[in-house]
Amino acid sequence: MFLDFVIVLIKAGVVLFALLSLAGLLTWAERKQSAFMQDRIGPNRANLGNITAFGLLHVMADGIKMIAKEDFIPEGANRALHTLAPAAALFPALVVFAVIPFGDVLVIGGKEIPLQVANLNVGIVYIFAIASLAVYGTMLAGWASNNNYSLMGGLRASSQMISYEVSMGLSILGILMIYQSAQLDVIVREQGQLLWGFLPKWGFFLQPVAFFLFVGAALAENKRVPFDLPEGESEIIGYFVEYSSMKFGMFFLAEFIEIVIVSGLVTTLFFGGWQFPYLQADGFHWPFELGIWHLPHLLVVLLQIATFSVKVLVGCWILLVVRWTLPRFRYDQVMRLGWKMMLPLALANLVVTAVIVLLVT
Amino acid sequence: METFLFWVFAIVGVGCGIMVVFHRNPMSSAIYLIVTMLCLAGFYALLAGPFVAVIQVLVYAGAVMVLMLFVIMMLNLREETLRREGSMIAWLVAGLIGLVLVLYVVPLFPRTSAGTPPAAFGTIEDVGSKLFTVYILPFELTSVLLLIAIIGAVTLATRRTL
Amino acid sequence: MIPISHYLTVSAILFTTGAIGVLMRRNALIILMSLELMLNAVNLSFVAYARMFNDVGGHVFVFLSITVAAAEAAVGLAILLTIFRTRETVDVDTLHLLQR
Repeated sequence: MFLDFVIVLIKAGVVLFALLSLAGLLTWAERKQSAFMQDRIGPNRANLGNITAFGLLHVMADGIKMIAKEDFIPEGANRALHTLAPAAALFPALVVFAVIPFGDVLVIGGKEIPLQVANLNVGIVYIFAIASLAVYGTMLAGWASNNNYSLMGGLRASSQMISYEVSMGLSILGILMIYQSAQLDVIVREQGQLLWGFLPKWGFFLQPVAFFLFVGAALAENKRVPFDLPEGESEIIGYFVEYSSMKFGMFFLAEFIEIVIVSGLVTTLFFGGWQFPYLQADGFHWPFELGIWHLPHLLVVLLQIATFSVKVLVGCWILLVVRWTLPRFRYDQVMRLGWKMMLPLALANLVVTAVIVLLVT
Repeated sequence: METFLFWVFAIVGVGCGIMVVFHRNPMSSAIYLIVTMLCLAGFYALLAGPFVAVIQVLVYAGAVMVLMLFVIMMLNLREETLRREGSMIAWLVAGLIGLVLVLYVVPLFPRTSAGTPPAAFGTIEDVGSKLFTVYILPFELTSVLLLIAIIGAVTLATRRTL
Repeated sequence: MIPISHYLTVSAILFTTGAIGVLMRRNALIILMSLELMLNAVNLSFVAYARMFNDVGGHVFVFLSITVAAAEAAVGLAILLTIFRTRETVDVDTLHLLQR
């Protein structure tokens, strides 16, 4: 009993550590990636005794800057809410990763450890519940700044977020119907089966429309380009103008953690999670009756974790590339896209999937 | 563990529930109500109802309270216009009557401790199978009600330019 | 194990607090919020009884009750906005034009 508790704590610690380090690295990767795409070098000045390490020290420099700056609360603002808003923005981002599996069951000394922090029965619905709590950070930030422009920015951001929550939820229902469960580890395990003998049953092959809808809606929920009008750095006042130092750092960090979360969710639901194609629990089972390669258990688990990490990293990289490829939407275009185009498409996808599932089974 | 969680949720929930009613600023009341709703979601999880717990967070704390916060921000009431509401004596009498009512009802509650629930109690499959077979009529009627509510809210909130 | 009466006591306290809020406060927004508090308290007692009798019907009822409460909050707030546009106040004591 106590051992189980300690194991869960260790898993949670590992997941949080990986998440936060990846989010920190992403701040560096974003600037370097955008620099390479724009044919320039990017940040490379931060150094420790003339060792620049490709600009990786900028992550540390950013952290030091954010901790050392003056932390002020604007005059007339609600002090409690001003301090609460960054925490309310960071908390949902950290908690979502609890239900995402990053490997199959690990067997150490006869003890089975599922590589998932919490195996909830209501897995996917839990993710949407936490995503709907993420709206509060922006709303409270906009309100608590005692600044009309930030209030408008906060209202803009939160109305965008609540509009795209609906399409996000509806697009995932097709996945729920196909894999017959809301538990994420069951969904990932089901994606190991083969269609027509050689194609893994990944969500991307079975629900392509839902994939694009989900990625679009998750990008909008995350206030990421092309939907980043609420923060719109150079042209419009966002909801965190009155925040400085670590509070702004928390908003900033929450956004990058959400990139990792979107990538993790897309990997789990649409690209097979930790499934390496044709890798079962005891080795590789090649299709077309080509044979079986047996592998030791720890190597299989390591391969699964590595596969998951590579997929998440590729997803993050694609999201970073999208930022510097597409121009920004205008606010009325964002609302029209969410309500008039994504929502009917998601509903149509749901109906078609339901009909097909009913006909096939 | 369950006892500890129950008392934490109970004290925080009841405390924030009382603060909802006694605060002057509607924004603070809304924040306290959100915390109360999250504590209630914790109660539902303790009572072997994982599905209703996440639905409570998703719908109530995530959508209904966001709507209320939107309206509070739009109305944008200044602190000075919220005057003192009701005299101290009125509040004391109301509190006493409330206490009497609660003390009258509490001895009527069953004292049993519930046994272990069946294996898949309150899961999505359990609630879903009941919702779509036995309770299908309320479900369909609720969907019609939601449609009516959408139409009503949009009609009322649209500014009619005469 | 916590006896079910404890959950029901919490529900009773929350319900009474919400009722006091509806009757005593003048700000329409806070009245609506106290109403939501009452509905939540009733939902808690439904789930507690469902646990006691091992009947999932309680959970189904809570699900539908949450939905209806959401719809009612939306319409109530729309009405409040309409009143605020013409009267410039949300004080329910001033809404007595239909009185004699």
